Amino acid sequence: MNQTLDTIRNTTLTYRQKVLALARAGEERTQPLAIAPEVQALRDAGVVCDLNEGPAPYRPRYVLPDYARFLDQGSAFLRQEPPRDLLGAVFALLGLYRHIPSITGYPVWVGDLDALLEPFVQRDPAALGPGGELSPAAERLVSLFLEGIDRDNPDSFCHGDLGPDTTAVGRAILRHQRSAGRAVPNLTLRYDPARTPEDFAEAAALCALDAAKPSFANDPLFRAEFESLGLAPYAIASCYNGLPVGGGSCTLVRLNLARLACTAAHTLGDPEAFINGPLAEAVAATLAYIDERVRFLVEESGFFESSFLVREGLIAKERFTAMFGIVGLAELANALANAEPGSRERFGRGGAADTLGARVLAAIDRLVTAHRSPYLEAAGGRYLLHAQVGIDSDRGVSPGCRVPIGEEPPLHEHLARQAPLQTPFIAGSGDVFAFEPTARANPGHIVDAMKGFFASGGRYFSCYAADSDLVRVTGYLVKRSEVERLRRGEAVNNGATVLGMGAFDNLGVLDRAVRR
Amino acid sequence: MSGLKEHGEALGLLARILPFSAVDGPGNRAVFFLQGCNFDCAYCHNPETRAACTGCGACIPACPAGALSPMERRGARTIPVQWDRARCRDCGACAASCPSGSSPRARLVTPTEALDEIASARPFLRGITVSGGECTLQSDFLVALLKGARNLGLPGLVDTNGGRPLAAEPRLLEAAEGFMLDVKAWNEDEHRRLTGADNGPVRDNLAFLAARGALYEVRTVITLRAPGFNAKPAESDTTSDDPQEGAFDLEETVRETALTLARAGSRARYRLIRYRPYGVRHERAALLREPGSALMARLTELARRGGAAEVIVS
Repeated sequence: MNQTLDTIRNTTLTYRQKVLALARAGEERTQPLAIAPEVQALRDAGVVCDLNEGPAPYRPRYVLPDYARFLDQGSAFLRQEPPRDLLGAVFALLGLYRHIPSITGYPVWVGDLDALLEPFVQRDPAALGPGGELSPAAERLVSLFLEGIDRDNPDSFCHGDLGPDTTAVGRAILRHQRSAGRAVPNLTLRYDPARTPEDFAEAAALCALDAAKPSFANDPLFRAEFESLGLAPYAIASCYNGLPVGGGSCTLVRLNLARLACTAAHTLGDPEAFINGPLAEAVAATLAYIDERVRFLVEESGFFESSFLVREGLIAKERFTAMFGIVGLAELANALANAEPGSRERFGRGGAADTLGARVLAAIDRLVTAHRSPYLEAAGGRYLLHAQVGIDSDRGVSPGCRVPIGEEPPLHEHLARQAPLQTPFIAGSGDVFAFEPTARANPGHIVDAMKGFFASGGRYFSCYAADSDLVRVTGYLVKRSEVERLRRGEAVNNGATVLGMGAFDNLGVLDRAVRR
Repeated sequence: MSGLKEHGEALGLLARILPFSAVDGPGNRAVFFLQGCNFDCAYCHNPETRAACTGCGACIPACPAGALSPMERRGARTIPVQWDRARCRDCGACAASCPSGSSPRARLVTPTEALDEIASARPFLRGITVSGGECTLQSDFLVALLKGARNLGLPGLVDTNGGRPLAAEPRLLEAAEGFMLDVKAWNEDEHRRLTGADNGPVRDNLAFLAARGALYEVRTVITLRAPGFNAKPAESDTTSDDPQEGAFDLEETVRETALTLARAGSRARYRLIRYRPYGVRHERAALLREPGSALMARLTELARRGGAAEVIVS
């Protein structure tokens, strides 16, 4: 109860941040999940973690509505007619976003922003100026749309997608975002060398240097995987989560490999025994916990029976999967290789820890891929691997499979070694690079690095210039200037700023190697 | 240095390789720095790449890692000091101890060997750039390296001081994707004082390459002469906005270079590089000043008005 009162009296939380915290406090008064003792023991040890998702799942963690269908048919529930023009489409979307449930209380996906709006532009002669760019009025409307998303959804996990094709709206979005200095929406350009023109990719790279977004996603890789799972089309939501459009993910539970290296320290001398023993048991416990969270959401919460999004066909239960996250592979691999700091065998150096890390990852992939959920139909009940980025309270735990900050090898070696490690994570993995500000004079440098990374099996590439106010923390963005305001005890609108402050302090995010 | 071969391949004296660079041409490029230069620029940022090793051995005791030992023989060539790459800690003590502006880390390599060293970076590269030192002094090796890279799908830019007439190098013109040329000063006397070399060939090369459409970029380092240039070191004040002060006619250099590009219809970028003292020999750095931002802005405007297609300040 004191915590509830503390939340009410807190002066650094905004009203909406308080409402979300109080809703959580209410949820915590019930504990409806049946959790086996061995699973609970691993949760207590911090090995298995639901990332503060709450004890009673009452909505999927990530919801990706079919916005194109919404614009096509309108919504009976919202009394929304299908919009006829760009202005109508912008208002309709901003209105719908308020009704999208998620873990954060704000939509984690706002759609394929360019593809959603481009048809309205192409059918309106007044919306296009000479040269195929937006008219000033249409450009202003797109800018107001983006600013509206930021104002309505002060949360850095609110994510929109662009590409792979270049469009007038897509180019306008990059122009606006480059100078807007706004953390929301997070953005991804889905890059396909066969479809994305070089100048569009370079415009995205220049935007990313100034605004830490968009990131680049390996579109041919994601597309092929989601097609083979019967879950196309896909989108990138939240941090960098690849998920089916018209569905999403019920939950994300992570296995903290760095913690497991501590709790199972006595078994690390024999990697084979560790993989078949403690690791396999921890994977099984994580899967069992995901099963139980999914069971409650699907069978007891009533979400899929009551949501108008389901009724109107904007989402379907059959398109919801669940995500199996891992974090801290680097720390586990170093422990298995007994590689002390400075050793050439350290993770990311191409030595023993890399070999052992790859073995651990292959074992997890095998176990997760073999599991079938009794409650979900998407991908035949298979859960999708996700390289989790960590939470603000993590210390000494590197995101997903990343190399710890401070130990990064030279850029081309880093990219070549990280690329194959990203491949198994169908539901997303990513790496972040800080570049010298001089990279602005040569955006082709960024594009070349990204292309080589994707050609080597990489999935997702983020960058920013070392002097940019916007910084990509792990998967989400915060403004350095907002973190400083929060440190002074002032309320800040974006709820993710407090997470960024923790990551600045605990992960050394501002100490990333600066690439040139 | 030209003309040495091993198993039919030209041998080159290589200072170092940078497998991944954002600042040596468009996109990501591997950069090969060849050893040896015919200019002696006051502001040279890597003075250890200028001279050939004389074999005096002064660097051998200076190495804290014990990575240097006397004599390496390869074919007809001898490298007077042998460098153990595995032991090297990259501290720079050897170059700092060299009395003749060289480095014991320069190696004799074939083009194939040089290109093998960038194999792991290839998926991330758009091309290569060959720099120096002055790479055109080793033209046989340079041409073979450019051709070898082209066969790997990596076109090559040549970064040159323009001291040798390139019109007389048809094989090089054919093998290179393009050139990056330094125009250090337009005035002959100024160029000689700054570099110890004549600029007649530089100006000829500028006009020739521009007309041929073979120029990717032209660069001028913007620096001011401190009081006492060629005399005594400056006392305080390290920046200045007065173009006359150093008696370098920066405006003439920038204007004439831009006009030459415009007359030839060249689309080359003109890069104005703000002089910075990093890496410059101390006794030389003391005689040079960094330009202020107002001067850089004025020269940028001058280059634009002169007709340069694109002006970049770095």
